[in-house]
Amino acid sequence: MKLQDTGQISVKKGRRTNTATKKDNFSFFLMSAPAVILVLIFSYIPMFGIVLAFKNYKYNKGILGSDWIGFKNFEFFFKSNDAMRITVNTLYLNFLFIIIGIIIAVAVALLLYEVKRRAAVKFFQTTMIFPHFLSMVVVAYVVYAFLNPSFGFVNNLLRNMGQNEISWYSKPGYWPFILILVNVWKHFGMDSVVYYAALMGIDNEYFEAAEIDGANRLQQVWYISLPSIVPIIVILSILAVGRIFRADFGLFYQVTMDSGALYATTDVIDTYVFRALRQLNDVGMSSAVGLFQSIVGFVLVLITNGIVKRIDSNNALF
Amino acid sequence: MKRNKENILICSVLFLLSMCCIVPLWLIISISFSAEADIVKYGYMFIPHKIDFTAYEFILKNPQQLTDSYIVTILSSFIGTALSVFIMMMVSYALSRTTFIARKQITFYLFFTMLFSGGMVPTYILITQYLNLKDSFWVYVLPHLVSPWHIVLLRTFFQKQPAALIESAKIDGAGEFRILMQIVAPVAKPVIATVALLGLLMRWNDWMTALLYINDEKLITLQYLLQKMMKDIQMFSQNVENLPQGMSLADLPSESARMAMAVLAAGPMLCVFPFFQKYFAKGLTVGAVKG
Repeated sequence: MKLQDTGQISVKKGRRTNTATKKDNFSFFLMSAPAVILVLIFSYIPMFGIVLAFKNYKYNKGILGSDWIGFKNFEFFFKSNDAMRITVNTLYLNFLFIIIGIIIAVAVALLLYEVKRRAAVKFFQTTMIFPHFLSMVVVAYVVYAFLNPSFGFVNNLLRNMGQNEISWYSKPGYWPFILILVNVWKHFGMDSVVYYAALMGIDNEYFEAAEIDGANRLQQVWYISLPSIVPIIVILSILAVGRIFRADFGLFYQVTMDSGALYATTDVIDTYVFRALRQLNDVGMSSAVGLFQSIVGFVLVLITNGIVKRIDSNNALF
Repeated sequence: MKRNKENILICSVLFLLSMCCIVPLWLIISISFSAEADIVKYGYMFIPHKIDFTAYEFILKNPQQLTDSYIVTILSSFIGTALSVFIMMMVSYALSRTTFIARKQITFYLFFTMLFSGGMVPTYILITQYLNLKDSFWVYVLPHLVSPWHIVLLRTFFQKQPAALIESAKIDGAGEFRILMQIVAPVAKPVIATVALLGLLMRWNDWMTALLYINDEKLITLQYLLQKMMKDIQMFSQNVENLPQGMSLADLPSESARMAMAVLAAGPMLCVFPFFQKYFAKGLTVGAVKG
């Protein structure tokens, strides 16, 4: 089919177009070359590095020269107590991030949509996306300003109310809640921008008709605004589930100040891999864990993308 | 009227949320302007007991490290972003043209990296053992030049341009590169700006590259400097003589100086970015529609 098409074109337009297309294609290749080469070096070559997971890596022997040890690295990891802990922490916290994040972002978008004064909308949006522009290090400072055990704002408050101070950075029990709060705080503004933009696409006639039928405001939100953004909510949440195996390293590393006392509830796959690599210098085990994460993540993306494709093929990734 | 009451309620809720987003930053600023003695006495407060500039004086008295980090951050952000936008513009344009024979293959080749990656460890070994980029400025620039997400944004926008625009330029004898730079790029300014701003923000806020690859203190970024300062404020006072007059090492303004540093590290971007908010809204909506 395709061959026929090109054949027809070249017959129609003659040889000239053909050489012109060749020349164009040459420039296209030239234009793609830098990106293709960079991706080859920094994305594809590391993919072959996954063989490290099956080797006993020695710096002096290099990747190819190191000895094969089969699944020893994986065995070591899966037999430790760490495997369960970091997998559960990653899944459980990311799951809560997704659910709570979406509920709040959608709620904010719906509220924003009810505000008809443009200047007010702009003010709210600008301030609410502020945290998005902060690096995780600065976010960690903000959290520290509240939770510092001796001077922090929260402990000050507790002291003034006659309560006991809490040494936040050594009490793991509070941290799932703190991390959810911080994560929502950082992202809800930016996320609501997407939902708000989707709401802007609703035809005003629906609301006019509802008004005539005597629907009150809450009913209009519930029966018109919300249903019209349900598709995008579904798609974005499914895509988020596809990434559930990847944790936000900055959030878990910086905001917790990498405090060892908190690992029980805050250690996730990404922080674990980092520590195994940098502090324990255990290349074999850290790459085994990394590979475990990559493969499960890959499968999840494939599954979720398949689901999205069934719902609405326009929004699938591929 | 009922509707008015509802409006007031909605606006108050949103206002409260808005304040939740900026008030914590105010706390940082307030601490940075507090006297150390007041912090020890009253703890961190939203309004300084009395305004005090010791923390800033302390940092700016010995600015070598701060200036180094500013220079590294500014250079890596701007060089990285400029190169990155240029490279991604070219490939996105090529991929947006239907006459490009390898269009499908290269698109797949680029987007596959979003699905599967070798992970942190192989990349770390590659960069440190094989490319020798450890403790080199270029480690900030080279690894992150190509972002598949940004290519999606650019390509989608390029595809929406009317074919006649390009055809007419072709008839006039313009080459593909010239068409991109002189005809397509000017039209695509909003999306190019979005990609550039996102890239700039990502690089300005980068601490992870320095954490992984940089030991040389001359080459660390602002954000990483900030992270290190959390652990040792002493970085700034290697020379005790450099302390402001009448101050001993014991009354180092460690609490306020940390927060002053946070203000200095986050400040520039925070002042600039709200002005580009409309680009973000626009660019991200383009991105929500898949090409």
